[in-house]
This record gives sequence, C-alpha cells and structure tokens, in this order.
Amino acid sequence: MIRTAPDGIKEVSPPLSDADIEALKAGDRVRITGVLYTARDAAHGRLFPLIEKGQPLPIDVRGQIIYYTGPSPARPGDVVGSIGPTTGGRMDTFTPALHKLGLKATIGKGGRSQAVKDALRQYKAVYFGAIGGAGAVLSQFVKKLSIVAYEDLGTEAIRRLEVEDFPVIVVNDCWGGDLYQDGMKAYAREGP
Amino acid sequence: MREIHVSAIADAVKKLCIEANCDLEPDMLRAFDRALRTERSPAGQQVLQILKDNAQLAQTKRIPYCQDTGFVVCFVELGQDVHVTGGGLYDAINAGVSQGYREGFLRASIVRSPFDRVNTGDNTPAVIHTDVAPGATLKIMLMAKGGGCENRSKYKMLTPAEGLEGVKEWIIECVRTAGPDACPPLILGVGVGGTFETAAILSKKALLRELGSPNPDPGLDVLERELLDRANRLGIGPQGYGGDTTAFGIHILTYPCHITSLPVAVTIECHAHRHKEVTL
Repeated sequence: MIRTAPDGIKEVSPPLSDADIEALKAGDRVRITGVLYTARDAAHGRLFPLIEKGQPLPIDVRGQIIYYTGPSPARPGDVVGSIGPTTGGRMDTFTPALHKLGLKATIGKGGRSQAVKDALRQYKAVYFGAIGGAGAVLSQFVKKLSIVAYEDLGTEAIRRLEVEDFPVIVVNDCWGGDLYQDGMKAYAREGP
Repeated sequence: MREIHVSAIADAVKKLCIEANCDLEPDMLRAFDRALRTERSPAGQQVLQILKDNAQLAQTKRIPYCQDTGFVVCFVELGQDVHVTGGGLYDAINAGVSQGYREGFLRASIVRSPFDRVNTGDNTPAVIHTDVAPGATLKIMLMAKGGGCENRSKYKMLTPAEGLEGVKEWIIECVRTAGPDACPPLILGVGVGGTFETAAILSKKALLRELGSPNPDPGLDVLERELLDRANRLGIGPQGYGGDTTAFGIHILTYPCHITSLPVAVTIECHAHRHKEVTL
C-alpha cells in the first residue's frame, strides 16, 4: 500500500503491488511502516541454492522488502543496535532471481548493476537507498525484531523487523530512473 | 628500560574500541559543520544533518555510529626503551579488541578465513602495524575501518613517465569509481612511493592525520587541496545523492622510490572515520 503524506513524503506499507511500485520515482522520499526482512551476503548465499532447485525459501518474498543490513548487537533493553544499510552491489548476482519470485524492493546503499536495473523494470520493483553510516538514527525506527532463519550466521541471519516511518529514498525505480546519475549530473562542475 | 604490562595495553585497546565506535572525533564533527555551510544540494544538506544527529545519538545512547563497527587497524609506535611484560604485545591488543567488541555491543565482522567465512565472534584479530620509535612510551593509534569503503580502495603501479599528472588523474578516478558505494563524504588516504606494500600501508597511515589540518609538507598540502577541490567538483555529494561534498579530505604520505617505480595506493574511508589514540 502507498499514499502521499501532507509533507509530500510517500508512505509505503508492504505487501506492495505493481501499481504501488509504478507510483515510485527516483528521488522520491519514502517512509516505510510494516515488515522488512534483513538479508545480506551470507544469507543470500544460502537462499540462492534453494531458488536454483525450486525449493521454498524460509521467507515468502512476494510483495516484500529486503533490507541489506547486519545490525550490531542490541544493548539490554534495546530492540536493536546500530542498523544502517550495507552496499547493495554485493547482492547484485542474487537480486534479479528474487524479484522474479515477487520481491518488490530492496534497501541498501551504493549503485546496482545493469542486470538489477533491468530486473526492476521487468518485474516491477524498486531499489531504495537508506543513509549509509546512519545506523544509530535508523535503529530508532525499528520497533520489533525477531530472527527468522540462519541464526548461526549471527549478524548475517535473516531477521524480521517491524518498522515505523523508516526513512528511505528511491534510488532506482521501475522506469529506469536513477537518483545517483541524476544527482551527480545536477551538481557536477566542469573544470580541470 | 620502562616496563608496561600487557593488562594495561589490553585495557587501553578495549577502551579505544568502544570510544572510537560511539564517539566520533572532534575533527570529524567539524568537517560536518564546514560542509553544512557550503553544500548547495538540499538532499546533501539533509544527509549531512542526519549524520550529525547520528553522531550525537551514538554518543549519548552509547550505540555504534555505524552498524559496521569495522576491522580494527592499529598503528603502534613502540618506544625502544619499553619492555612489554606479562605476555605478547599482539596478544594483548587482540585481547583488548575481544573485550571491547563484546562488552561494547559492537558488531563482530571478522571471519577466520577468507574462504570458509566463519565469524571469529569477537572481531579479532586486529591488523597491526608496528614502528619502533625512540623513547619509553607505547603509542597506539586505532582505526575501526569500515568494510564497504575499504572494498573501494585501490592500488596502481604507474610508470615514472606518468608522473604527478598521472597520479592526480588516477586519484580522481578512484573517487569517481568509489561513487555512492563507499558512503560519501569520503576521506582519502593516499600513499605514493616505496614499494608495493609500503604504498598501501602509507595510504592507511595517512588517514591518521587530523582532518582539516595542513599537510606538514607545503608541496603536498597544495596538492591535497587541489585534489580535494577536484573531487568535490564531481558532483557525487553526500551519499551519492548529488552535491558538493563528495570528500572531506585527501591526505597524502610519500616515501622514497625506486627509479623504475611509481606506486600509488588509495585507501577509501567513509564519513564514519572512527579513530582514537592513546600513549602509555
């Protein structure tokens, strides 16, 4: 579900539909409320053989959002420690297959491959950027956390987060828009 | 001969690990303020402000500034009149890292082998570079080096004919290719000269200098300023969303060089430049 708040920021709650995705454009500021699943390098390494064999995954990715992060441990009494995004590009080889299964968005930082950008277009999905290195601030938007799979991976386990107003920005949309390219062009100054 | 017991070393390293990850150094906070005065991009302004707030929150709540609490890199200056007692210096540093990362609720990010990828669980071992120095003190300069930006670090062996111009072009190319991935605003540590490995170590060591301070070599200082200006003209901006603040600083260290060689290494550091030092 998606709606635009009075302050112009788009509010998104998974599960997301094709129509929701079509309404998101590169550069849009977005607040997410609802469930995010965390997965990064090692978790993707375990999901991929399952996908290749056509076996069920420990999470149903249809309509969902995967957040590339490996949080620091929570202090006693806290929900989570620091929880900022990790580099999305390292997951590029896995991402198109997940979008094919119905995953609607990923959250990371840094650029994605052309194959991922093509998959966003083909399967109607988006890539969100969260602020890299702002893990302390981002932890404040996480209200609940549980481990869903691969607990032995520690920080790389798949976690289910319940978030409220988690702030992201659309980096790559399903129309070919790319915030990184547009932003750089707008502020590049010629000169030696 | 002055004696320093390993327990004092471990305690000091433990404290450095926790403080480095929760208390961003004043030179970094000043860099955010300087950038907020000049950044034209509204998105860039917003990112810089959030990162400043993030530093404040990390400090007051004692949670890490970034969830990637880094690979501990220690530059040690061991006075030649110091005798470390009670055990090994490196074991003491690793004991401090282990205690600091466990007790400080910092993320364990180190795997015991690049191939089997099993996490060591306490962020050990550290990477330790040791210089022997005159005197009777032990100085430890510690960095909690983030992985995302480290992955964008580069090395190139240029030919002497490529010269200074070649070095400049390649450094700017490193900033361009690091782009949004390395969490700009960036700090670049550049090592030029020496051999293959000296250049890389110098590039990391260059990051230890206080951000915003002039290079003690006036020629290199001019070069650093020129390169910083060029980096910030690329337009990448905070987080790569576009803007004027792509880098906070470029620090260069050099070493004498073989007549055939012009090695250049660039360590890319993100805005989570966590560094602390102690002298025992």
